[in-house]
Amino acid sequence: MSLLARITAILALLSGGVGAARAETLIAAMSSHQILITSNYTGSQLTVFGVVERDGRTVARGDPYDVVVTARGPQRMLLVREKERLGPIWINRTQRRFPDSSLFLTVASNRPLNEIISSETARRERVGLENAQRSRDAGLDLDVTTARFREGLIRILAVKNLYRARERGVTFLSSTVFSAPIDVPATAPTGSYEIEIVLYAGGVPLARQTTNFEVVKSGMEQNLAAAAHDLPLVYGMVTVLMALLLGWLSSVVFRRD
Amino acid sequence: MQIYLPIAELPISVVMVLGLSGAVGFVSGLFGVGGGFLLTPLLIFLDIPPAVAVATVAAQVAGSSTTGVLTYWRRRALDLKLGGILVVGGIVGTLLGVLFFNSMRRLGQLELVITLSYVTLFTIIGGLMLYDALRAMLRVRAGKPARLKRRAGTHPWWMGLPLRMRFPDSQLYCSVIPIALLAVVIGFIGAVLGVGGGFILVPALIYFFRIPTAVVVGTSLFQILMTMTGATLLHALTNQSVDIILAVLLLLGGVIGAQFGGRAARNLNVESFRLLLALLILSVGLRFAIELFIPPSEPFSVVITEGSR
Repeated sequence: MSLLARITAILALLSGGVGAARAETLIAAMSSHQILITSNYTGSQLTVFGVVERDGRTVARGDPYDVVVTARGPQRMLLVREKERLGPIWINRTQRRFPDSSLFLTVASNRPLNEIISSETARRERVGLENAQRSRDAGLDLDVTTARFREGLIRILAVKNLYRARERGVTFLSSTVFSAPIDVPATAPTGSYEIEIVLYAGGVPLARQTTNFEVVKSGMEQNLAAAAHDLPLVYGMVTVLMALLLGWLSSVVFRRD
Repeated sequence: MQIYLPIAELPISVVMVLGLSGAVGFVSGLFGVGGGFLLTPLLIFLDIPPAVAVATVAAQVAGSSTTGVLTYWRRRALDLKLGGILVVGGIVGTLLGVLFFNSMRRLGQLELVITLSYVTLFTIIGGLMLYDALRAMLRVRAGKPARLKRRAGTHPWWMGLPLRMRFPDSQLYCSVIPIALLAVVIGFIGAVLGVGGGFILVPALIYFFRIPTAVVVGTSLFQILMTMTGATLLHALTNQSVDIILAVLLLLGGVIGAQFGGRAARNLNVESFRLLLALLILSVGLRFAIELFIPPSEPFSVVITEGSR
């Protein structure tokens, strides 16, 4: 790293890395801002496109650019329970609450995170599956049990493809243009999603940009869900009548005697 | 082919759901049980939220038992008088069960209560039935009558309690007290476990009241139809967790399966009927026991406790 770059890096670090003078700017666009759920919906994919913009005054850097894209879904209070042995049987005993946890989380980068930034920066900047959930002011998980529960939570949601770390999820099309596909599985909840794109060089954040998209039900799916909530009695009666009708119909169709 | 379920909020394979509900419908028609105790765990296993699974299965069970009720009604194998008492007692039991359900949920031990009840109920009932069925089969092998013949004028003491009533369709002359008590217990268990209770009602009517098997099945289906119709409406009103698309799929498979089940029941002799039902109930109990006793591969579980679905 040249001396100049090092000074710039320190300056960028001090200023929080956002929009520091003579730094790069990040321009991002998404292939779509809305995912519509229809009856044949089985998940979807969006692509984040980005351009690193430099002007004449931007310093030359010795290090290549790195990009980390973090997509966060709707947040809920999650209750994590652990089964423990009690005599001969296994039952839920300890539990931990994780308020404001994202139900969907994808962290995509152009190379493994530990090659891009130090673990300390990752924690401070809330980068990576383990850190993205932490509230800003909380430091390390001093409580070993909480850390274990957090790992359990990440593991379970990763099995359902709701949590995903993609170490090669960002592709540089040229030295300054990149794209990152975001897979949204069908089980991802409806609601608004936030995408944060951060540009790094030499382990230092240079610029960041946020954008968003939403997952909504449409057409029949939307109407049925709305009816279930707005007209519960009618919805229930229709379901019951349909059940009785189908039951009667099949006994007529199959009647032989 | 996949279809998206608007309330459960996930896509599901149409062929798989039809196959599953068809198989469970067959069992339901064969034994006169609702099949909820088989279908609900299967749906939860397919990642459908438990609340949606329980509520939607109630609708499916209502539909598939309609088919059965009509079939048994035509064959005059349905005791409306007995069924009426069971329904009234069942309502009382359901209310008590809902109160118990909510207090256990407040204590945070609902899941344990449910698993433990499944294990104890199914293992004990299934075990007793299996023992009885095997003993009867051995007697047949030895050339004796399958079971000791009922002698005229003898009956267990509970049938002789006050308030005796005649149930001509069931060839029963019995006190109302034990019948109403049985109905309350079944309503209670049904509300807590989210099942219709047919798997308890059928053996209880056969063993404790010695009602002919065909009438037992028809009457049990009638009780289930009434309970599950009410349960579907309650679920739709209170927690909006009935998925109508899933209900249609389950019904299509279920009603067709139940037809074949009801037909197969006619070609099945009483002893094999009891043996098969015993094995079915016992295996469900053992499946839950495994969950309780075997160290879990993933000790953690995640529940969403806040926010709208």
